[in-house]
Order: sequence, then C-alpha cells, then structure tokens
Amino acid sequence: MTPSMRNEISTIFEQVLGRPVSITDDTDIVEDLGMDSLGVMNFVMAIEDFYDLSIPLDRVAQIQTVADLIRAVEDLKIGNAA
Amino acid sequence: MTILAKHAGYRQAYDALLAHGVDPLNVQFDSVLSPTEGVLNGQTTILLGTNNYLGLTFDPDCIEKAVQATREQGTGTTGSRVANGTYNGHTELEKAVADFYGRKHAMVFSTGYQANLGVLSTLVGRGDHLMLDADSHASIYDGSRLGMAEVIRFRHNNPDDLYKRLRRLEGVPGDRMIVVEGIYSMLGDTAPLKEFAAVKRETGAYLLVDEAHSLGVLGETGRGLAEAEGVEGDVDFIVGTFSKSLGSVGGFCVSDAADFDIMRIVCRPYMFTASLPPGVVASTIEALKKLRAEPALRASLMRNAKRLYDGLSAMGFQTGPEANPIVAVTMPDQETAVVFWKLLLESGLYLNLALPPATPTNACLLRTSVSAAHTTQQIDRALDIFADVGRRLGFLPSDRRRAAGAL
Ligand SMILES: Cc1ncc(COP(=O)(O)O)c(C=O)c1O
Repeated sequence: MTPSMRNEISTIFEQVLGRPVSITDDTDIVEDLGMDSLGVMNFVMAIEDFYDLSIPLDRVAQIQTVADLIRAVEDLKIGNAA
Repeated sequence: MTILAKHAGYRQAYDALLAHGVDPLNVQFDSVLSPTEGVLNGQTTILLGTNNYLGLTFDPDCIEKAVQATREQGTGTTGSRVANGTYNGHTELEKAVADFYGRKHAMVFSTGYQANLGVLSTLVGRGDHLMLDADSHASIYDGSRLGMAEVIRFRHNNPDDLYKRLRRLEGVPGDRMIVVEGIYSMLGDTAPLKEFAAVKRETGAYLLVDEAHSLGVLGETGRGLAEAEGVEGDVDFIVGTFSKSLGSVGGFCVSDAADFDIMRIVCRPYMFTASLPPGVVASTIEALKKLRAEPALRASLMRNAKRLYDGLSAMGFQTGPEANPIVAVTMPDQETAVVFWKLLLESGLYLNLALPPATPTNACLLRTSVSAAHTTQQIDRALDIFADVGRRLGFLPSDRRRAAGAL
C-alpha cells in the first residue's frame, strides 16, 4: 500500500475507534482491532465517505485485513474512473 | 466439539444471559388468554411486546371464518400453488389486498419474511443495484443475499447519504431499487419517506417500502407510512405481513407494475414453499375487513401508544423519537437491561428485551408494542410496574419529571 493510504486509513480507524491504532497490511480488522459489527459498519461508511465510493456488501464480507480493504478501495476507484 | 462449535461466541453471550436466571429468547407461556394477556409461570401477565397492533387475534368473526374455512377446505394445502393449485381463498385474499391498497396486483406469500426474500431476489438481478437502509430487518438483508444484485447500504433514515450513493452510480448500467421500512421495529422511528421519494424521482430509482409494522397503524385508512406521508404514487412496491396487525400469518407484495404476474413463475420463495392454509387465509380476509371498517381500532391504538410513550418519557426513561405503537426504552447497559426485564416479567409485564447485535447503534432496549386491545388500566398498570422497577433499581431520575406530552 502507498504510505499515504495507510495513513489515511489509520486516521479513519482512530476517528471511529476513538483511540490510537497502529496498522500494517496484515492487521485483522475484527480480531486485532476488536471491532464489533456496528464498528465495522461505521468504519466502512467512514472509508466510503473519505474515498467517495460505495463498497458493496459482498465486497465488505470479503475484507478481513487492512490489505484486503486497500485492494477493495483501489479496485473500486479504478472501476469508478473507467 | 461438534459442527456447531463455530458459534461458540454466541453460545458464550447466550450463557451470560442465562446466568441471570432468564431466557429472554425463549419465554415459555403456560397459555395465552387474549391479545393482551397471557399466563407465565402461573401468573397472569400483560402482553406488551407481541406486535398485536389491532388486537384481532381473538376476534370472534376472524376465529369463526378460520374455523369455517378449515372445516370446509381442510387444515392445509400440503404444497405450493405452483404444484397444488390456487384455492379460491388465495385469490380472494390477493384481490382484497390489492383493492385495499388501490393497486393492480397483489401477491401473497407464506410469511412476510418470505415476501422479502421473494421480491428482493426477483425484482433486481445481476447488474442491478439494491440500496438498503442500514437498519433494515433481517428478512431484507437475507433477501438481498438470495438474489444477484449488488447490495449497497446507506445510513439509516438518511436521504442525503442515499442520494450520494446513487449519484456515485451515475452512468453505471442496471436498475436501482431503494428499500426502506414504514416503522422500524426496534425504535419505532419512521422513514423520512417524502425525502426518499424525492431522491427516487431525481435518480430514476424504484422504491420499495416494507410496511410490516405500519399496516393498520399509520395513514388515513391504515395503509401505512406511504399513505400518511402522501407519497403512495412514488412507491413502486409495498411489502407487508399479516402476522402483526392482521393477527394471522403470511406476507404480501402489491404493485402497479404491468408485468407483475411473471413473479409467480420466477420467484422461488413463492414457488417452492407451501401456500397459506385456508383457515389462515379466511381469518386474514376478515381481519382486513375489520381494519377497513373500524378506524376506531387505529384511534385506540394511537391513544394507547401516546399514553405509554408520554408516561414513560415523563418518568425520565429514554424513549425513541416518536410516539408510535412501538415504544422502546433505552437502558444504560446490558446488565441493567436484563435485570430490569426480569423484574418487569416477575411483576407481570411481558415485553421484548432487545440486545446487540439485533439493535441499531448497539443499544440495549426494553421494546414494547402497544395494542388497540389494551385498556387504559392495562397501560397505566404497565407504567406503574415500570416506575416500581425503576425505583427498585435506583436509577429512575424521577426528580427530573417532565410534564406528560411536553416532548
Ligand atoms: C420490517 C419487517 N419485515 C418483515 C417481517 C417479517 O414478517 P413475518 O413475521 O410475516 O415473517 C418483520 C417481522 O418480523 C419485520 O419487522
């Protein structure tokens, strides 16, 4: 991932969780960050706002790690530009 | 370890609940006496959480029709309408529902849950876009997974968020279908339907409203939120259930779509399950007649709802945003919610304990639903029990009393 995207996502995590987090590509969003389903939803919506896209629910279901999330956002951004 | 070990997380949470000596997900009634009373552990208990909005479950005419139809046509249809055929009652019920809504077409399903599975998996397909309110009922989420459309979730009751998401789809092919509910089942809040209708018109989307909790409850003639908000012309599909205000079981969808009937040979949750039994059909037809002929039922329902809502609010309980027949009291935490619920039950008041993840915003709720059949005395008794338990648990902010109805 690009360092800037990692920073952006990390900031959004911190806003949603209300505490500092440190993330890598392999960070598991539910397991490592202790998010419940409502937390995940709020986080996904914040990501969607920031990158101005919607992540369809089947895509959300496939996202486990930060790397998965970044791939989804990048795919959708490319899709939107095309 | 068995194959079910994967649900260990739920097991743990459930065991924690059971440790309080209660099983809120499996309350055992000795008997049910009327729309508003049951017997629990030998104690007569007020039912304040059964969605029996018009109190028609014991209506003598509905019972008589059900008995008569059962005698004449048997206890069940033993199969789907595709396989075992349509009975007169099915057609009569569909005509009655279509006529009530002033729509060309109605289709009846075996439950409201299946109605949502059916329409959401059939009206949209691959390449289409299903826009769901984030707080949608489980049957809407499940229906969205049964079909092939892309599913996008928007913020609860937020037409701007919906609009933003539809705008992002500009230029993308495929139909768009917006799905909202009339009254949301947990907090009793209604959808801002006028605003959603405006978004629908501007973006060329279709609009479906699930009126499960608003049929017979809202609107001049009881058709629901779309009627109350004066936007029926913008609503393409209405889904609902017979299991609440009509006191039976079954679901439906109504529409003016010209080719609606194609659903009968492509909609799997309609085709591959047994149709409603004659007795259920007959009591539902009769209950719909009552709903139409007796607007006084709706007036009693709303009077009771307001009395309960105002009473609880005045005591300082945190209630939902609107005085609807669903009145939810937000508890500070799960522990308090469970203990509070248990004490209510022991005092002879039954309602729903609603806990995360089944609730919006992870709230712990004491969820009530009021009936037209409740007497003023029953509502006042319920309020007394709430006040008593609130005092016993020492968290009723009774000195911050607000005048009833001030909110
Ligand atoms: C919004 C909503 N839709 C659908 C249903 C399902 O209705 P039924 O009980 O007929 O399956 C319910 C009730 O459980 C509901 O609250």
